[in-house]
Amino acid sequence: MQSKKQKNIRNFSIIAHIDHGKSTLADRLIEKTGMLTSREMQSQVLDNMDLERERGITIKLKAVRLVYKAKNGEEYLLNLIDTPGHVDFNYEVSRSLAACEGALLVVDSTQGIEAQTLANVYLALEQDLEIIPIINKIDLPSARPEEVKKEIEDIIGIDCEEAPLISAKEGLNIDDVLEEIVEKIPAPKGDVEAPLKALIFDSYYDSYKGVICYIRVFEGTIEPGMTIRMMSTGKSYEVTEVGVNTSKHMSLDKLEPGDVGFVTASIKNVKDARVGDTITDHKNPTDSPLPGYKKVIPMVYCGIYPAEGEDFNSVRDALEKLQVNDASLVFEPETSVALGFGFRCGFLGLLHMEIIQERLEREFDLNIVTTAPSVIYKITKKNGEVLEIQNPSNLPPEAEIEYMEEPIVSASIMTPTDYVGAVMELCQNKRGTFLNMEYLEEKRVAMHYDLPLNEVIYDFFDALKSKTRGYASLDYELKGYMQAELEKLDILINGELVDAFSIIVHEEKAYERGRNIAERLKDVIPRHQFAVPIQAAIGSKIIARETIRALRKDVLAKCYGGDISRKKKLLEKQKEGKKRMRQIGAVEVPQEAFLTVLKYDEK
Amino acid sequence: MKDIAIYIHIPFCISKCYYCDFTSFPNMKDKLDEYIDYLLKELTLYKERIIDFNIKTIFIGGGTPSYIPGEHIYKILNYIYKNFNTSKLEEITIEANPGTLNKEKVSIYSSLGINRVSMGVQTLDNSLLKAIGRCHKVEDFYNSYYLLRKKDIKNINVDLMFGLPNQNLKDVINSLKEAINLGVEHISYYSLILEEGTLINKWYEEGSITLPSEDEERKMYHEAIEFLKSNGYNHYEISNFAKEGYECLHNLFYWKVKPYLGVGLSSHSNLAGKRFWNSSSFNIYYEKLKEGEFPVEGEEQIFKEIEMGEYCILGLRLIEGINKNEFRNRFNIDIENIYKDVINKHIKNGLIYENKGFIKLTNKGLDLSNLVEVDFLP
Repeated sequence: MQSKKQKNIRNFSIIAHIDHGKSTLADRLIEKTGMLTSREMQSQVLDNMDLERERGITIKLKAVRLVYKAKNGEEYLLNLIDTPGHVDFNYEVSRSLAACEGALLVVDSTQGIEAQTLANVYLALEQDLEIIPIINKIDLPSARPEEVKKEIEDIIGIDCEEAPLISAKEGLNIDDVLEEIVEKIPAPKGDVEAPLKALIFDSYYDSYKGVICYIRVFEGTIEPGMTIRMMSTGKSYEVTEVGVNTSKHMSLDKLEPGDVGFVTASIKNVKDARVGDTITDHKNPTDSPLPGYKKVIPMVYCGIYPAEGEDFNSVRDALEKLQVNDASLVFEPETSVALGFGFRCGFLGLLHMEIIQERLEREFDLNIVTTAPSVIYKITKKNGEVLEIQNPSNLPPEAEIEYMEEPIVSASIMTPTDYVGAVMELCQNKRGTFLNMEYLEEKRVAMHYDLPLNEVIYDFFDALKSKTRGYASLDYELKGYMQAELEKLDILINGELVDAFSIIVHEEKAYERGRNIAERLKDVIPRHQFAVPIQAAIGSKIIARETIRALRKDVLAKCYGGDISRKKKLLEKQKEGKKRMRQIGAVEVPQEAFLTVLKYDEK
Repeated sequence: MKDIAIYIHIPFCISKCYYCDFTSFPNMKDKLDEYIDYLLKELTLYKERIIDFNIKTIFIGGGTPSYIPGEHIYKILNYIYKNFNTSKLEEITIEANPGTLNKEKVSIYSSLGINRVSMGVQTLDNSLLKAIGRCHKVEDFYNSYYLLRKKDIKNINVDLMFGLPNQNLKDVINSLKEAINLGVEHISYYSLILEEGTLINKWYEEGSITLPSEDEERKMYHEAIEFLKSNGYNHYEISNFAKEGYECLHNLFYWKVKPYLGVGLSSHSNLAGKRFWNSSSFNIYYEKLKEGEFPVEGEEQIFKEIEMGEYCILGLRLIEGINKNEFRNRFNIDIENIYKDVINKHIKNGLIYENKGFIKLTNKGLDLSNLVEVDFLP
């Protein structure tokens, strides 16, 4: 049996590339449906965190309920579910899409489809969603809506004849979008009397209410006071509140099939309310959970160390707090000879890693040192033992290793044809295996490569952007592991091995990377009163060497009455600088050094 | 009674040199009378505070004090003689630039008891003088020098610079040689410092001038030390050399962290546990004095641990080094009790050593003194 309102519910997401206008369109839809007055609107309502707004990306998902009176005179509840736009958060995207019946595909009419958009469209098609193409930015002089429509038809195979041509920025033709949503997207199905079955598509921790789960109810009813069970863990909780987001949290007495809203149940940690999990009624459970749940696993690891040793506990507290809200972040304590006590942290991808690093610094005001990111290598030892290594320092001696395997991703790169040569050269340089190339339109191609993940996390994205003037887009997913000739590259400063600089590289890359790191360190490590050799080594073999010349002069020529305050200021600055240094043997290494080695080099 | 040094700042010049970032204002001759009036007002305010001190030295610096008419210098010194304890006064220095002195001025100086003249010569090479924006020539220096000797000035310092654009070791030694031949009593020998906001710094950053390499520059320092020593000059501070008994008493007040009072625009003082400095704006300086207030812009309380640090930092600038006994007498504690680790660290690094109760910089330490001094900060 269906609930009364069910036929007038529409659940949808917006799929768009960064900058193609997703948040702006969301703003317009919210405005048009009159849930918020223009005055209440902060621009780009859906992006909550500062960081997101600054980067123009959406990191965490949110859902908002709109009330729309359609041209047919009926009132509809439109649930807009926001999705992150980055490849690192692929799984989360797939779960939000699973909560919908339809998706708006927003394409910038001056740009065309991008790799990440396409990846998300495929995710939506897998969920059998109704896809409504929307052609945006038609107010711009360089708009070419007809070409872009054809591109969508050719690549995705959906009809674009009725696609609304809009300008989200100017508020042009937004009504058409709303009408399309009502007409094209199917109403949700689901039996209100069946046992509860609800999908968690997002959850975050609130210090007053505990974990707030964003859910889509598929069957049954959820209401305050009932006991629910998380099907992946079997843990049960008593529901304290259910409701929806309008302009703010609004409590309701229940949520029914087709509803999208939130539930709180005094859950202490997002780990206990994982995205993708199914909520059911503890007393009257459903037979089987909703499909598609998986525990996300980190792909990229790096060491995070407090800049000052005494901050170790603060860093741990901060990571714990972040983890409460981010089930995909993992960490465990580790020790480095160079950096002392810190943590090895695992992330979904590079962006996720950068976000966590920035949040530690900004929100928790911590001064941290991070080591080069690493992937997980599989090591098969001669005695048959298989190890998974995330920290290059833990690599067993070469003599014990039978062979090593590294993770490979399948990558799609979309680029204007002008840059095909440059992209090929880059991929080749990054040990890529060319699979195929398809023309999306006359001037744009999609290139498919298998690439080692350790090359992708090094500087691939920066290099791709720089070689294609920012026109190319990249999407990738883990394909599997492949055997490779890998080596551990060590860096010695003044004869001492600095474990935090060690990386695992392909043997063909070892010399180049070693020389590059040595050169960079030469530039960032200050001169000392003695000459400081910097060496790159594979095992006991030195493959590159630079020397930081001894400091010959550091003295103030004049120091009279008025100079004394100045001199003290100068010395204090020097002292302040020293504080941010890491003592490695007799050498003081600035914290930037640990970052500089990762930077992309135009050379 | 305690001793004190007085510094008087005259912030006027004919023009600004390309390397200068001191507080001085070219071409403001008409403002002079006004300035001197305020300077005397400021001195009046300090009457009470230094009534218990013996003035041991006076240093009239700038700017270019020799640029202003002698009557102004007369006004200042006369005021001091009338109002302060000057019976123990031993040294009065005035800074002079070649080309700004004449017979009349020098006679006035002499009659006022000025017994030391410090000349901003910088180099005895006309093309180098031009390159750094000095408005005098070598000949002007010789004329001024002989004039001073004629009027019986028995203690003359020359400032010489090294590390100048396109200067080489030979140029440097030549300048030193000429100064020695003249028989100057004191030589301040400075390395050019690129200060932000100066023309020379701008040119250097633009690449329109070349400076000697670091190795050449250090050679100019090391060879000069040997050369001056072998000619009877005592190397007594990182950048200062003097014939026996001609060390600058005034500057020793700074390096030994003894009390001093600076009056005039932007000058610094160290008095009664405080370090304080005047505003460098004429307007503020005048406004405050008009209201009968001290024209002080900022101050720093010198607590014991700061004072100990300063004593060591400045003490190390002296070639004789930090006198351990003096430290104990002054602070009632052994220096090792406070700085044992720092001292050991830098002895190990080869930057300092201990000899007969003094802790001093090694030759290498003279080049890298900041590395040592930074560790004496509280």
